[in-house]
Order: sequence, then structure tokens, then C-alpha cells
Amino acid sequence: MTSVTPTLESFTPPAPVKPSFSKRVKGLVPSIIVLVSALYVGIVILLPAIAVVVQAFAKGIAPFIESVKSEDLQAALRLTLLDAVIVVPANCIFGLAAATAIARRQFRGKALLLSIIDLPFSISPVVVGLMIVLLYSPTNGLFAGLVNALGVKILFATPAIVLATIIVTFPFMAREVIPLLEEEGWDQEEAAKTLGANSWQVFWKVTLPSVRWAALYGAILTTARALGEFGAVSVVSGNIRGQTQTLPLFVEDAYKQYDTELAFGAAVILMGVAIVSLFLKILLEQLLEHDKATRTSSITAEE
Amino acid sequence: MAATFPSLRRLGSRIPRLTLPSWPWRITWVYLTLMLFLPLGGMLLKAARVSPAQFWEMATSPEALATYKISFGLSLIASLINGVFGLLIAWALIRCRFPGQRILDSLLDLPFALPTAVAGLALTAVYSQEGWLGKPLYEMFGIKVAFTSLGVAIAMVFISLPFVVRTVEPVLRSLEKEQEEASWCLGATQSQTFFRVIFPQLLPAILSGVAQGYSRAVGEYGSVVMISSNVPFRDLITPTLIVQKLEEYDFAAATVLGTVMLLFALVSLLIINLIQVWGQRYQGANAAN
Repeated sequence: MTSVTPTLESFTPPAPVKPSFSKRVKGLVPSIIVLVSALYVGIVILLPAIAVVVQAFAKGIAPFIESVKSEDLQAALRLTLLDAVIVVPANCIFGLAAATAIARRQFRGKALLLSIIDLPFSISPVVVGLMIVLLYSPTNGLFAGLVNALGVKILFATPAIVLATIIVTFPFMAREVIPLLEEEGWDQEEAAKTLGANSWQVFWKVTLPSVRWAALYGAILTTARALGEFGAVSVVSGNIRGQTQTLPLFVEDAYKQYDTELAFGAAVILMGVAIVSLFLKILLEQLLEHDKATRTSSITAEE
Repeated sequence: MAATFPSLRRLGSRIPRLTLPSWPWRITWVYLTLMLFLPLGGMLLKAARVSPAQFWEMATSPEALATYKISFGLSLIASLINGVFGLLIAWALIRCRFPGQRILDSLLDLPFALPTAVAGLALTAVYSQEGWLGKPLYEMFGIKVAFTSLGVAIAMVFISLPFVVRTVEPVLRSLEKEQEEASWCLGATQSQTFFRVIFPQLLPAILSGVAQGYSRAVGEYGSVVMISSNVPFRDLITPTLIVQKLEEYDFAAATVLGTVMLLFALVSLLIINLIQVWGQRYQGANAAN
């Protein structure tokens, strides 16, 4: 190219776009804005986060490991993981089903249905717990007769904890996947259909791969919230140490019982989970952007 | 042409039905029914069993009114504070370049990612009388933060901080710099440009963020229950009162309070949606221009 039109080499790039008004006025204002923002975030968010880590390791690593090994904390950790292992797959199936069912269909009341799916985000977690109590309480619940007849313990046991966690976390997946599916359109699925794929194959080989990063992101958000849910679970769990206590409940209970070392030990574990989820989020956002970039470039190449 | 058109349309409407297996649709509805409609309906049914007079009496008992004042009042203060600082932080993230920008951006997600019990523990650790900030505040000014309503407000500030930043960021990013330059060329001062040109365009996003943060702060339980002393009429919030009523086996009062909170959630959801519609109209007008 350059050999054919050698003038291009001598061509100087156009002058950079004139810096905008806000950048040109290099007064004190931007630096004050940055400083105040950093200070505010530092005091409100960073300082408390650091305080937890410092408190947990105040006496060194050995006491921290000791408190992590404590039987009650281990029991709480096991219950929390069990809870997440049930909740996350269930909510992922729901989220993907809801997304494929709703996203690219136009029907009356679609906006309403989307708001309904988002509802658990606006209801106080305590009210979510209360709703479960009012359904499954063996003394006062609407289903008291059924619960007693079946003889299963739902309230103050694992089933209620799982139910509460499901309700609080089910919007995440659908919320991440629906916008992406709407952007994508139907072309690829229709092509797969015409080539003879059945619905399951279409979903598994076309739809799911096209939303994989958003789905993974939704799954991570669901997991993080499921591991950390406090309000709804605390209402329905009964909060018995070593039996129906999840890790977040253990943090609060240990702190109230003045077992500060145990409380901070458990808190650091949960904070580790939160920080890992934030790192994964950054990573997935980059992958998503990369996907989008390659897609748009392939589209423009086709055109 | 007129003959083929309807058949084409019929074909078009048939394609999604063919490609869409009906089971995702069924899973969605079964799941929503079991996990959302059933619990919601259960609570409303229980609430309907309370007579209207009793309902009103329980919903407006002095104890309940005091918690509303704290829950709804402090949340409003917290979300308004975050409205101001959220705008500032969004501005810093979009319009300024500074070292540690990425870290600041990631830190803002922490209130979403951190379990609320951990947030409560962290804030209590910092603001208790032996804490890093609680100690100097108490010794120098005699201000107690943890276990007072001030502590409750700080917990609400913590959990509602990201909302305004995250709603303002995309709008601020999409603003055209030419508008500011035009305003500048026409002789407007920096503050005139901000308040007359930029701020009106950001307002829907700010309001939406404030409303979302407010709704979240009102419903918040985990972090507040740890930093509050949970004394009625002093710093007891409505969700904690519901838990206390349940612990006293006063199911009727808990149901009534829960229904009040649910109604609040529905109304705030409606308001947030209306604000977003209003904001979109604004954006549409911008694009048309």
C-alpha cells in the first residue's frame, strides 16, 4: 500500500482533537474532585475493609488458622457451601430458561414480567424470610397442615435456608443474560434449526455459547450473594450454632458472643470470596468486551 | 402483494414458536410461582386476615412509627449524601485521569459484593469507641457512632454508595463534549456550564440512583443490625422490628409490618421505573437533536 502511494508516509496525522473545555480549564477543580472522591471512598469503603483484615490477623497467622479450624466455624462453612451447591445450579437453570423464554419474544406484559423477576432485589431480605415463615411455619404457616403431615422439618432447617437463598438470588442470572440475548437476535438459532438441530441442540450449541461469559458472570454474582446472604437466612434458620448457622450468621453470632477472633476469622473468609468475585468480574468484563469487539469486526468484515 | 403479506406475517409469528421449546417457558413460570408468587400471596393472604382497623392500628403503633422515622428518614439522608458524593465520584472516574483509578472503580463494587454481615462487622470495628475512627471522634468531639442512629446512617451510606455512581457513569460518558464547548464559547462560566448544561442531563440518572440506593437502604438488615444497639425509639429499624416481632411469636404484627415494607418496595420500584422512562425520553430528545 505504502509503496504505491508514498505520499502517505509523509502525511502527518491530523492534529489531536482539541482538548475539551473541562480538560482545558486546568484549575484546581479536577484535582479537588479526585481528592474528595478518593477520600470519601477511602473512609466509607476501604478503611472498614482493611480493619477486618487487620483485626483477623492482629495476633498473627497461627491464631487465625486456629479460629478457622474451630468446629462451629467449619460446620457453618459446610452448611454455607451446601446451600450454595443447591442454590446456584437451580438458579442458573431458571435464569437461562427465563432468558431464552423471555428475551427475544415480544408479548404483552413483557416489561411487567421483567420487573417481577427483579422484585427480590427491591424487597427487604427480612420480608423474604418472613414470607417463608408465614408459609412453612409448623404452627402458624399456611402450609402448617401439610408440613406436619409430611413430617419434614422445613423451617429452622436446611430447606428453608435454601429456599430463602434461592428467592434472594434468582434475578442475577436472568438479569445478566437477557440484555445480551436481546442484542444478539435470532439468526444463528434459525440457521441451526434449518440445518436440522433440535431445540436442545440449538440451546446447547448455539444459544449458550453465545452468552457464555454473561452466564458465567451471572453465576458468579449468584454464588457470591448465596454465600453471603444474611437477612433472609437469619429469619428462617433458627440460628443454632453448629447446626443451622451459615457463615454470615456465624459472623454476627460470634461477634455478639464476644468471640471477636472467630467473628473476624469468618469475616475474612467471606471477604476473600467477595474479592475473588470482584477479580473474576473484571476478567469477565474484559472477555465480554473482547467477544463483542470480535463480533462487530466480523460483522463489518461481512459487509 | 396484499395476498402474500399476511402469510408472511403468519410465518414470522410461527418462527419463534418453532424455535422456542416450550419448556423454558414452563420452567420460568413454575419457578416463579413456587419461589415468588406463592410466598408473596401467602403473606398477603395472612395480612388480609387482619381486619383493616387492626391492620391500621398495628401499622401505626408508636413503636412502628418510630422505626419508620429511623428507617425511612435515615435512609433518605444517607441516599442524598450519596447523591452528592456519587456524582462527584462518577465525575472523577469518567472525566479525570489519576493514578489508582482502576482500584477506586473496583472498590466501588465492594458494597455489592461484600456480605452485609461482614460490612456490619467492619463498620462496627472502625466506628466503635476503640475503633480507628470511633476513638478519635469520641475523644475529640464526644461523638458516639457505633450503636447509635449515626452508626445506622453510616451503614446505610456504605451499602447505598455504588448506586448513584453506577447510574450516572454511563450518562456522563455519553454526554457530548461539544455542548460544553458551545456553552463555553457563548460565554458561560464553568459553574453556569455545569448547572445549566450538564446537570439537567444527569438529573434523571442521579434521581434514579438515589431512589435505588434509598430503596436498598430502607430494606437493609445485616449491616445495620450489627452497628445498631437495636433499642426501640432510638435506633431500631423496621426490618429489625419485624424480626423481633417474629421472635415474640407476634405473627400478626410481623405480617402487617412486612406488608408495609412490601408496599414500599413496590411503590419505590414504580417510581424508579417512572424516573427511568423520564430519563429515556430525555435521551431520545437528545439523540433526535
